[in-house]
Amino acid sequence: MNRPAHTDDRYAAIREQFRALEGHKGYWQCLEQLCESPEFQEVARQEFPALADVWPDSLSRRKFLALMGASLGLAGISGCSVKPAPQGTIASYARAPEQVIPGRPLFYATTMVHGGDAVGLLVESHEGRPTKIEGNPNHPASLGATSVFHQASVLTLYDPARSQTVVTGDQVRTWRDAETAMQSALAEQRAKNGSGLRLLAESIVSPTLAAQIAELLRQFPEAKWHQWEPINRASADRASQLAFGEFVETQYDFSSARVVLSLDADFLTTGRGHLRHARDFIAGRLVRTATSPATAEMNRLYVVETAVTSTGAKADHRLAIRPSEVAPLAAALAAAMGVEGAPPTTAGNHQAWVEAVARDLIANAGKCIVLTGYRQPEPVHLLVHAINAKLGNVGNTIRYTQPLATPVIDPIASLRELAADLRRGAVDTLVILGSNPAYTAPVELDFAQLLAKVPHSFHLGLYENATSRLCKWHLPETHYLEAWSDARAFDGTASIAQPLIAPLYQGRSVHEVLAILTNAPVVDGRALVQSHWREQHRASNSGGRSFDEYWQSALHDGVIPSTAFPQTTPQLRESWASEFQLDAPAAPAQDDAAPFEIAFDADPSIYDGRYVNNGWLQELPKPISKLTWDNAALMSPRTAAALGLRYESYLHGGEHGGYEVPIVTLRLNDRELQTPVWLMPGHADNVVTLHVGYGQEYTARANGEWQRSLGFNANMLRTVDRPWSARGLQISTTDRTYPLACTQAHQLMGESRAIRTGTLSEFRGDPHALVEGQPEPAEAIVSRERKRLSLPESQYEPFDYDPPRRKWGMSIDTTACIGCNACVVACQAENNIPVVGKDQVSRGREMHWLRIDRYLHGPVDSPDEFHFQPVLCMHCEHAPCEYVCPVAATVHSAEGLNDMVYNRCVGTRFCSNNCPYKVRRFNFLAYADFDTVPLRLQYNPDVTVRSRGVMEKCTYCVQRIRHAEINAEAAQRPIRDGEVLTACQAVCPTQAIVFGDLNDAHSGARQLRESPLNYGLLAELNTYPRTTYLADVRNPNPELQHG
Amino acid sequence: MATIAGTQPAQEELRKLGLAPRYVPTHHDFATVTTRVTNVVLGPPSPVWIALFLFSGTLMTVFAGVVIFILITGVGIWGINIPVAWGFAITCFVWWIGIGHAGTLISAFLLLMHQPWRTSINRLAEAMTIFAVMTAGIFPLIHLGRPWFFYWLLPYPNTMSIWPQFRSALVWDVFAVSTYFSVSLLFWYMGMIPDLATFRDRSTTPLRRAIYGIFAMGWRNSARHWYRYEVTYKLLAGLATPLVVSVHSVVSADFAMALIPGWHETVFPPYFVAGAIFSGFAMVIVLCVIIRRAYGLEDFITDDHLDVMGRLLLATSLITSYGYLAEQTVTYYGGDPFDVHLYWYRLTNFDKYAWFVWLLFTCNTIAPQVLWFRAIRRSQVALLAVSLIVLVGMWFERYMIITSSLSEDFLPSSYGFFKPTLWDLLTYFGSIGFFLVPFLLFVRFLPVMSIAEMKAQLPGAHGAEVGR
Repeated sequence: MNRPAHTDDRYAAIREQFRALEGHKGYWQCLEQLCESPEFQEVARQEFPALADVWPDSLSRRKFLALMGASLGLAGISGCSVKPAPQGTIASYARAPEQVIPGRPLFYATTMVHGGDAVGLLVESHEGRPTKIEGNPNHPASLGATSVFHQASVLTLYDPARSQTVVTGDQVRTWRDAETAMQSALAEQRAKNGSGLRLLAESIVSPTLAAQIAELLRQFPEAKWHQWEPINRASADRASQLAFGEFVETQYDFSSARVVLSLDADFLTTGRGHLRHARDFIAGRLVRTATSPATAEMNRLYVVETAVTSTGAKADHRLAIRPSEVAPLAAALAAAMGVEGAPPTTAGNHQAWVEAVARDLIANAGKCIVLTGYRQPEPVHLLVHAINAKLGNVGNTIRYTQPLATPVIDPIASLRELAADLRRGAVDTLVILGSNPAYTAPVELDFAQLLAKVPHSFHLGLYENATSRLCKWHLPETHYLEAWSDARAFDGTASIAQPLIAPLYQGRSVHEVLAILTNAPVVDGRALVQSHWREQHRASNSGGRSFDEYWQSALHDGVIPSTAFPQTTPQLRESWASEFQLDAPAAPAQDDAAPFEIAFDADPSIYDGRYVNNGWLQELPKPISKLTWDNAALMSPRTAAALGLRYESYLHGGEHGGYEVPIVTLRLNDRELQTPVWLMPGHADNVVTLHVGYGQEYTARANGEWQRSLGFNANMLRTVDRPWSARGLQISTTDRTYPLACTQAHQLMGESRAIRTGTLSEFRGDPHALVEGQPEPAEAIVSRERKRLSLPESQYEPFDYDPPRRKWGMSIDTTACIGCNACVVACQAENNIPVVGKDQVSRGREMHWLRIDRYLHGPVDSPDEFHFQPVLCMHCEHAPCEYVCPVAATVHSAEGLNDMVYNRCVGTRFCSNNCPYKVRRFNFLAYADFDTVPLRLQYNPDVTVRSRGVMEKCTYCVQRIRHAEINAEAAQRPIRDGEVLTACQAVCPTQAIVFGDLNDAHSGARQLRESPLNYGLLAELNTYPRTTYLADVRNPNPELQHG
Repeated sequence: MATIAGTQPAQEELRKLGLAPRYVPTHHDFATVTTRVTNVVLGPPSPVWIALFLFSGTLMTVFAGVVIFILITGVGIWGINIPVAWGFAITCFVWWIGIGHAGTLISAFLLLMHQPWRTSINRLAEAMTIFAVMTAGIFPLIHLGRPWFFYWLLPYPNTMSIWPQFRSALVWDVFAVSTYFSVSLLFWYMGMIPDLATFRDRSTTPLRRAIYGIFAMGWRNSARHWYRYEVTYKLLAGLATPLVVSVHSVVSADFAMALIPGWHETVFPPYFVAGAIFSGFAMVIVLCVIIRRAYGLEDFITDDHLDVMGRLLLATSLITSYGYLAEQTVTYYGGDPFDVHLYWYRLTNFDKYAWFVWLLFTCNTIAPQVLWFRAIRRSQVALLAVSLIVLVGMWFERYMIITSSLSEDFLPSSYGFFKPTLWDLLTYFGSIGFFLVPFLLFVRFLPVMSIAEMKAQLPGAHGAEVGR
């Protein structure tokens, strides 16, 4: 290690301090006291010098993890406490804490908020280390499911690149210094009633925080509270104000909806309550265990959208149009349904489609949902409110409630106002809580420039980033697993967020910082949250229970009972239709100078950029494009062809790996951005979709070195007025190329018929028709002939799987899979799967044990169906991998699992070559990180961390099977169905994955196995897969089917 | 030593009458044969040898570097991936093993077939076999993810009572290749004993005399020695002959036993054996042409030798080509959708493997057709060129079989592509050095052709009719 030359001087300074302390009182209270000194902090930082000099433009896995591991200074000092407890009590393990049995995990309920969406979680804790996130089945927004962001959040907790200390400029400071600075800035403001004080926060759904901010505003009446969220719901809120004269939150009940029309809303994977929406929507779609197929029912989904999303992929009818065409289409729909006040328009080419949808909706009036998303402007929201009112859905499938947070702040207007105040120098003190406006603010506000000029600016965040760089002070924030908080879910249900571990670094929670700002008598996070709920308890007087009981049960259940908002009945104003002017859709004229439109959206993996440092999310193949580590300008093949970019021309790196793709220049309103192009069949023509979140110059700082992300900054083209879509885009080609890493560029199914699909009416006619009539390959013919000649199937003795043995198996319902990727990250978290980096992904070496294959059906220019298929080890009964391994490192267990013995593996890779499903993953290099201290804490102790040169693959979460087995054996009972949930199954929002004992006639897995929709992937190869699939059933509208 | 072989003009007379053996250096006598062959070793090194040695020494150093780097970092430095988890290493393994086939074929098979022309090239071919198999053997070792556990593939008693998994073709590979190597080594060494004795007797320094003496095992040229020698040699030849067929059949099982389209072919064992002999002959021709030129051994390795080897090259090319044809035809008639897809993909996708496929057809099927012409078979330059083309073609054949089959097997979602890295290329070219260095040392320190057998063929020798 290169220790800087001046370190010795720093040590001298510390020694000096020791001496001073000795002279002073003879004692120093604790190490922390000493650690507080900036000199000590500085030395500690330099003790672990930067590996940051290897941070490059090409992010290899090693470098990424090395960096993540680089900067751990004082984590050891903080220690871990098992039971979430206030900081300050440290007990040795000499007397073991209650409940803790080494080797047996404990689960604690907590809550994670992500972009204003709160979801209750259960967090697995091993001896005080949170290792894995599960959904809280009691929580209405989860019902046991989680999204990718929840799953990956545990990695962020242990990210060594998180900010660890208070920083001003390049100097390490202490919280005491920061408090002094804040208090002196506030003292100035107190005199001016706070007229120069501004608070900038993200969407706030925490009642405690809202109360704290209210208190701050009481103390500083002229201070302003701003909110900024780059992925915001401003148009929906504005529209509800216009429609009803008040802000309302729309709640959807998909479980009773027969027909759903989504106007550019990806409601299955984004937005508040999307996990619940996905569960309810898919539940209304499953015919797999229908007792009488002839009368089976399923809902129908129409989707209108620009890029392909998970929701669009599940649509029975999907219409790909430009963003500017959505509003006229919505108006035409309203007109077709005879909504009073709707402007009399038609939808041009799509009129027949619109009319058919209108008829279907009217036929299902009161049992349907029309919804639109945050990307659409107010007119569309207004039209949707009117259509739902007309259809009588309100009160049935749609309920209105009060907004989650009051006051409702329009983030766009709010940020614009803040920028104006900054520009005229009216702001002396700016406190930024968590948000990263220097990167995310629309480009023409010049926010970064303005921010740098504020005299007193404080940034509280998990990372040092573009915003902290421009603020005078950066304050390290606690991760949600380290702090107390609370939150309201989409329906108003409140829950407590409790910490699982004491802060690893010197972070403080947002509540604790506000306590400093408000000079609160208590500054401890738990006391703050508790005192808020003590008030609530006193006010509600719930059932005569004491507060302790109330509090403990809230913590235990992860839900505070009866806090969901009651339904309100806002009246649609008569004048709603006069509140907007419909723009005519821009005609896509080819000879126009700027014929294209641009659409922006959150990235499916790193959202608005806040997860840019999370390796699991970065390496997660995006649901449709299957890109990793980067964003790109998504466009349809036809548009690319018109630009002279040939689809095939860049398919030379292999479908499963790296691509050199052309770079184009996007020009909008005199601003330019160069991005690589990625083709997305099914994307609307003449539009480009860009995901925000990438291209960050400053994502974190490890040891004084700034780190940057890959990709291209879409915010460079995003404006305040047109944050979601804009017209007048010019595209010009360049002769440069850019490498992208994609895990599945091949879209079509080819000979494999991997997905079996059919319509509801086909299913009603003959439920078996969907999976039969497959072509017969040679192996199947051989097999049939062997049977005819009474020859055994194999020359080897068959395995005996008869009861009382268990016969584990899994069925995956492709009708239910929405491709949300939660299972992929859950598997990664559960099974210690390493991140390999962009370079290795582009070589086809990603390590995911579970991948989601995405296929499309129909012509590449206008595909009519998209399918998702999670593929993991099939645990074949006649496993092709087993007989080719020369050292018997992959063998069959008595219960039919295909076991992988890492210790025995020598790494010939023959098993992978011979696996028809290619689900085996090889450690081509030393991918696993054995050394980085905080990352090491995340590892699941029940799963081996694999070394270099070893093959690995899905084990059906054998460690969970063993846990259940031990429990059952101790209680002398059989394992119950549902007692073993694999990691992928547990988090699935739509319950597409069902695992269980096939010998148990009542198990869920057995029932799916007996479904007429059940089929084995490549079963014709006589592999006898234990993992089977259920055909993807669609419910097209007969009226549109042949149109 | 008196001339027993008669006068030069008499030999010419006989030759004109078609009575003289074509493959015998008839204008030499016992003494000149000994001198010419021993001079290669006991004389000063030829400039060609020095140049070649420096060149191949450099390559071998590169190879050593690659191997060390692989041991330190892992096989990830190559371009292999999922789905194409085998690449250059296995390609090179099969290629080198194939090359190793010609030696045993020439020395054992042709011996039993009483083919006289084998005499002047068999030692060379055997040495080539030994070093080619050694080179080949390196690859399965270094291609392992954890090479330090390679011995788990061997059936040795251990405290955990774990044996190799005998259903796996890779285990048979270990047995087949190690058997082949042992027998070939023994055969090669046995054949050299009389010549080593000659070297011992002609060495001028005590050290050389001692070393050659040790390896000559006290050979005193007695009739009893000769009797035992001949019996053992024939027995070993009988033992080695089936190995010519078995080794590459087992190697082909590495692929044929798998269920991957393009690998799962019953035609593979004979097809691989033919291909192996084909490439082996090409390599023998390359080495013969270079060595006879460098050491002026044209008297011993005559144009007639080249001619007959050219004919064999053509014959094996035709067999191999028949294999290609059979493979395509069977696939077409079989109609298995995945097989059909793969073959169509191989033949037509010029972004991926079609270039390699057509290149190998050109190299292995079309190029050798020039050998129908006698003039080309007797031109060492042309023959050298064709042989080099065949070697390249056979390398690409293995490369194509291994990588293209894996790249598009069943599920389109896992289709991939193998793109070699610099390390792959260094591994391959380095292995040529690893082969050439010991081969050149052999040329420098051991008899490149069998003096004893050569003499036995000379007119007047008691065994002159052997192998005529």
